[in-house]
Amino acid sequence: MARPVVTRLFIWGALVLLLALPPLVQGLGADFAVGVATRILIFALVGTSLNLILGYGGMVSFGHAAFFGAGAYVVAILAQHDTYGEPLLTWPIAVEGTQSAFIAWPAAMAVSAILALVIGVVALRTSGLYFIMITLAFAQMLYFFFISLRAYGGEDGLSLFARSAAGPLDLADDVHFYYLVLGLVLLALWLKRRLVAARFGRVLRGIRDNERRMQALGFPTFRYKLAAFAMAGAAAGLAGALIANQTEFVSPSFLDWQRSGEILVIVILGGMGRVYGPVAGAAAFLLLEEVLSAWTDHWMLVLGPILVLVVLFAKGGIWSLIDRGGQADG
Amino acid sequence: MLLVLEQVLNGLQLGVMLFLLAAGLTLVLGIMNLVNLAHGSLYMIGAFVAAGVIRLTDSFLLGLLAALPAAALVGMAVEVIALRRLYTRQHLDQVLATFGLILFFNELVRILWGPRALFMDVPHWLSGTVEIVPGAPYPAFRLAIIVVGGAVAGFLYWLVRRTRLGMLIRAGASNREMVGALGVDIKRLYTLVFGLGAMLAALAGVMAGPIYAVEVGMGEPVLIVAFVVVVIGGIGSVRGALVGALLVGLVDTLGRAFLPTLFRAFLAPDTADGLGAALASMAIYVLMAAVLAWRPRGLFPAHG
Repeated sequence: MARPVVTRLFIWGALVLLLALPPLVQGLGADFAVGVATRILIFALVGTSLNLILGYGGMVSFGHAAFFGAGAYVVAILAQHDTYGEPLLTWPIAVEGTQSAFIAWPAAMAVSAILALVIGVVALRTSGLYFIMITLAFAQMLYFFFISLRAYGGEDGLSLFARSAAGPLDLADDVHFYYLVLGLVLLALWLKRRLVAARFGRVLRGIRDNERRMQALGFPTFRYKLAAFAMAGAAAGLAGALIANQTEFVSPSFLDWQRSGEILVIVILGGMGRVYGPVAGAAAFLLLEEVLSAWTDHWMLVLGPILVLVVLFAKGGIWSLIDRGGQADG
Repeated sequence: MLLVLEQVLNGLQLGVMLFLLAAGLTLVLGIMNLVNLAHGSLYMIGAFVAAGVIRLTDSFLLGLLAALPAAALVGMAVEVIALRRLYTRQHLDQVLATFGLILFFNELVRILWGPRALFMDVPHWLSGTVEIVPGAPYPAFRLAIIVVGGAVAGFLYWLVRRTRLGMLIRAGASNREMVGALGVDIKRLYTLVFGLGAMLAALAGVMAGPIYAVEVGMGEPVLIVAFVVVVIGGIGSVRGALVGALLVGLVDTLGRAFLPTLFRAFLAPDTADGLGAALASMAIYVLMAAVLAWRPRGLFPAHG
């Protein structure tokens, strides 16, 4: 799908800016901006994963923070077992703790994907409001599950002693970490673009628009939805692994229902069913939060009504303002 | 045995409070087709207004009398200003907009009453205990909650089934255009129903005040549970809300009371307590998932 020249210029400009950001802000003496940008990218990733099922699949999941938080916990728990030299499991197979990003992060993705698969099998049998509520209920279940894990900090959460080890990259260095996150987000965006343009994405959009018709055409719609749900879970798990590394801390509040709400807001604000929408949404939402909270302690008093206004009057999200000539699904 | 009786009563008391919240939610959902996450804010506002008035006047009744109209006014104002525009929107939009309202109301209450939790005393005329069966004293206040909740359930049944207003509400739920075409001011009807729901939420909030802490954000955990109730009962069904609320109240309370003890029978005490507590807090969600797997539209589906 050819994009208008202005939009392409914008995308390439944003990419150059993101690549040049660390030296740029360090030159200005604003090192903290690297951390803020990393956080935005991580939330762009989790927004991107939700966008796959929400924007393209029409599945309004109100429990996406569950997969995000589970991914974060996997990294933190593996790191804790490595630090204390205690195996995580001795039976039926021996599992040692690890701090290696090459093991812990894929493990986070795998655990979140399996969770999504299990939750999806039950939740995807419902639709509409029931689906919203059942995903919320599963997220709450996991939230209380992690609160009850006293060995891993319970309600207080769990601190990491160090960021994951990633071969030649020194993740303790914020700039290295930033470039790694940026690379992963770009990879995820590229994969999602390929995915939604492929047959799989077309079927998914077809299900969103008219599931019954897709069934009549012979597509096993449930399996397609479940596959998308699990993929979104895996990507959210990766984002969780990244956030655990950035904050070097995890707690049940990562799976809080308000967190799920924020992820939804990021997708809607940026533009549902637009590949780059969640990136714009994450940037807008987190920057708004930064600016408002610097301005007043009572920033939620302003943020709340802004959300209401966005829902009421800004259909299509930010990306539809940038990509004026474009169309949804692009 | 007496312990079981006490916990069953506690479960009923929680169930009745959940019913007060869920009744408003399910009416608004069934009739206006609106998912109102901010319903918990009205519960919070009710509790805070009552706590403020009680501090000034030292009278629980005055607090209650102030809280109900205050919450109804706030609810109707929100309906007219914002929510009315959302009736025809998707559930997703409604979830987001009312999520924004929650942020707003939590912050507003924090500004007006401060960040610290308020404490509300049980009114002195209900501070004693009642012996329901000999040798089993039960707090009079909790018993009063059960009685009030039961009375409200009866009142709602009468209102929805036996009055002209109830008839209009039911008609509006089945076909709003038709009711509008017959000359009923449907907008005003909706605002009225919304105010009624807000009042029930505030009633629950005031009665919750002396039992749980009155604090910012108190509405959200209970709201999520109320949604579980609505979904279990079937969206739009007041009868479903009552059955669902009692079921959830009993499962939650009895689970918390007895699951740890049950696990102690065959596990180490420490593990048993942890596992029991974890399963107890997950129990109602498991219940909901089970009900939905069995009946995807809840126990009492409202419209066919």
